[in-house]
Amino acid sequence: MAARATPARLAKPVTGLSDRMVAWLFIGPTMLLLLALNIFPLFWAIALSFTNYRANRPNEPVDNVGIRNYERILTDPDIWISMQTTANFVFWTIALQTLIGFSLAYFIDRKFRGHAFWTTIILVPMMLSPAVVGNFWRFLYEPQIGLFAYAVSFVSGIPPTEIAMLSNVTLAPWSIIIVDTWMWTPYVMLICLAGLRSIPDYIYEAAEVDRASPWRQFWSITLPMALPFIMLAVLFRGIENFKMFDMVNLLTGGGPGSTTEVASITLKREAFEKWRTGYSSAFAIILFVAVFGLANIYVKALNRVKQR
Amino acid sequence: MNRILSTALAGIAVSCFGTAVPVLTTSAAQAEELTLCWAAWDPANALVELSKDFTAASGIDMKFEFVPWTNYADRFLNELNSKGQLCDLIIGDSQWIGGSAENGHYVKLNDFFAAQGITMDDFVPATVTGYSEWPKGTPNYWALPAMGDVVGWTYRKDWFERPELQAEFKEKYGWDLGAPGTFEQLKQIAEFFQNRDIDGTTVYGASIYTERGSEGITMGAMDVLYSYGFEYDNPDEPYAMDGFVNSESAVAGLEFYKALYDCCTPPGASNSYMGEGIDAFKSGQVAMHMNFAFTWPGLYKDEAVGGDRIGFFANPAGPNGDQFAQLGGQGISVVSYSAKQDAALEYIKWFANPEVQAKWWSLGGFSCLNAVVQDPGFPATQPYAQTFLDSMAIVKDFWAEPSYASLLQASQKRFHDYVVAGQGTAKEALDLMVEDWTEVFEDDGIL
Repeated sequence: MAARATPARLAKPVTGLSDRMVAWLFIGPTMLLLLALNIFPLFWAIALSFTNYRANRPNEPVDNVGIRNYERILTDPDIWISMQTTANFVFWTIALQTLIGFSLAYFIDRKFRGHAFWTTIILVPMMLSPAVVGNFWRFLYEPQIGLFAYAVSFVSGIPPTEIAMLSNVTLAPWSIIIVDTWMWTPYVMLICLAGLRSIPDYIYEAAEVDRASPWRQFWSITLPMALPFIMLAVLFRGIENFKMFDMVNLLTGGGPGSTTEVASITLKREAFEKWRTGYSSAFAIILFVAVFGLANIYVKALNRVKQR
Repeated sequence: MNRILSTALAGIAVSCFGTAVPVLTTSAAQAEELTLCWAAWDPANALVELSKDFTAASGIDMKFEFVPWTNYADRFLNELNSKGQLCDLIIGDSQWIGGSAENGHYVKLNDFFAAQGITMDDFVPATVTGYSEWPKGTPNYWALPAMGDVVGWTYRKDWFERPELQAEFKEKYGWDLGAPGTFEQLKQIAEFFQNRDIDGTTVYGASIYTERGSEGITMGAMDVLYSYGFEYDNPDEPYAMDGFVNSESAVAGLEFYKALYDCCTPPGASNSYMGEGIDAFKSGQVAMHMNFAFTWPGLYKDEAVGGDRIGFFANPAGPNGDQFAQLGGQGISVVSYSAKQDAALEYIKWFANPEVQAKWWSLGGFSCLNAVVQDPGFPATQPYAQTFLDSMAIVKDFWAEPSYASLLQASQKRFHDYVVAGQGTAKEALDLMVEDWTEVFEDDGIL
C-alpha cells in the first residue's frame, strides 16, 4: 500500500518498473542474505540432524539414521544435566538482573543530584567486550592474587587461598552468575528506565490527589506500567543467556568437572571437538525449538500484559 | 613473433634443463615459498631459526603458521577437513595420525623414504610408532618423527638440597629427600612441601595437569594410570576394554591422581595445563612440576628457577614397579592438498639429515634421530638430556584412532568429573569411560 502511495515524481526515474518491483529490488538483497546466512543453514542443519555425518570424515559415506540422533540426545543423562545447568543459570541471572536492574532504574529515575554521572558509570560494564570481562574476572577470582578473594577474605575472615571461586563445585556456577549479573544488569536497567520514564507524570499527580501512599503508587502505577518493559528485558536476557557461551568458556570452560557445562558448551564440544556433526545438528535443532517455543509463549504473555 | 619464438625456446630450454638438474633446484623453481603449520611454542621458534638453513640451501622461503595450543587442534583440523591449502607441511599431533591417514589429509611417505634412503630404523622406535605409523605397528608411514616429547617432571633442586629440609624430611619419611623413584614417594614429597613457608612465601607440592577443555587432565592422569597398570584394551582382543580400562589397578591409579590433586596442588589449580604449569614453577609456587619435556630448555634458562636450582626426573614408577610416561610430540607431514608437495618433500629430506637434526637439538628442538640421541656424548649435552632419554624409553600414547577426539573428550569429562569436581568414584568414572569409548567404537563400526 505504501509503495502505491509513492508520489509520481519520485517513481518517475525508474520508468518501466512497477512500484512493487522497485520494492522487491530494495529488499531483495537483504532477503537473499537472510536466506543464505540464516534460512539455508537452518534447513541444512535440519537435514544433517538425521544423518551420521562427521565433518572430520569427508571421505566416509553419510547414512540416514532417522531420528536416532534425537533419541540419543533426549535419553542422554549428561545432556539433561547440561540443560538443567543452563536452566539454573538462566533463572538466577535473570532473577538477579531484573531485581537489581529495576531497583537501579527506580533510583536513577528519582533524578537525584549526579544521576547522569552514575548512569554512565553503571553502564560501563555493558560496554566492555565479553572476552575482556571474562579474562579480568578470571584474574579477580584467582585465589592467590585475585582482588575478589581478598575482598571476601577481608569481610569473612576466610583465607583467600580457600576462596577458589572457579575451582569449587559449589562456587563455580555462582562465579559466572556474578559476572553475568555485573555485566548485564545495566542493560536491564536501561530498558526498565525507559519504561519508568514513559509513565506520564499526571498519573502520579492524580494518585497524590487521591492521597495514595508511595508504596501504593509503586504497586498500582509504577510496577504495572513498567511491567511490559521488564518482561521485554527478561525476554532479551533469557534468550541471550540460554545460549551463553563466551563467559562460561572464558571463566570455567564448563568445569570443574561438568558443573558449569551449559548446553552451548556441550554443543560446541559435540560439534567441534568430537566432530559429531549430525548429532550436534540435532542438538542445535532441539535447542532452537526450545528457545523459539518458549520465546513465543512468552511473547504472547507479554502482549496480553500490554493489552491490559 | 619474436615473443612466441622466445617463449618456445625458453620452454624447450626449461624442459631439457629440468631433466638434468637435481630435485632441489626443480622444487625451488616451482615453489618459492612453503608454509609450515605448527603450534605456537618455544620449539617452533627454534624451527624458524633452523629453517633458515633450508632457505639458504634451496632458495625456498619458509613461511610459518603457528597457532596457540588451545586452538591448535581446532584450527588445523578444520583446515585439513576443509581440504585447505594453507599448509604445505604440517607438524600435527601424534593422535591425528589415524584420522589424517584415513581421511587422506597426509601424503603417504613410504615411497619417498625408500627413494631417498630414509629409513625409520634410524629413529627412536617409540617416536616412529607414535608419530609416523598408521595403522600402528605396520610399516605405513605418514610423517617423519620431528619433535620428540614426553611428560616428565622438574623439581626445585635448591629446595631439595637445603640441609634443614633434608633432615626434617628424613625424620618424617625415613628416606633421603631427592628425585622420587615411585609415585608414592612423589606424593610424600608433595605433601612435605604443601603450604610450607620457604623464604617468606607459601609454596605448594606439585603442579599437575587438570585442564578440562582440550587434553590436559587426560595427559596427566594417564601418566599415573599407565604405571599403575591401566591398559587401553585386551592385548589379545583389540578394543575389548572392560576389565582393562577399569581394572582394579587403573582405579587405584585414578584414585592416586585425585589424592595428589586434593592434597598437594596450588589453590585454584583446577584448569591447569602446560602454560599454567610453567607459570606455577617459574613463579616459585611449587616444588615439583609435571610437564612435557619441551618446557625444560626454557625453564633451565630461567634466571629465577633455572640453572643450579632446577632438577629433572622421569615419570616415577607405580606400586608394582611399572614405569611409563605419556608420549607427546609430533611428526612432520606433507599435506595432500598442497600444490607444492615436491618442495615440501624436499624439506622433509633436508630435515632428516643428521647434521640438521643435531642442530635442531642444539637449538631447543627434541630430535628423534638415533644418531643424535644415541650419541655417547648426548647425555652431557644438556642437564635434561638423560632424563629425556630415560623418559622416551618408557612412553605410551593415547588412542590414535580416527575418532581420537571423541575418545579424548570422553576421558576429559570422566577424569575431570572425578578428580577435580569429586563426583562419584574412580571406578564409576572408569566404567563410564568404557561405556563412552564403546559407544564411539560402535559408531565407527569397529565394535
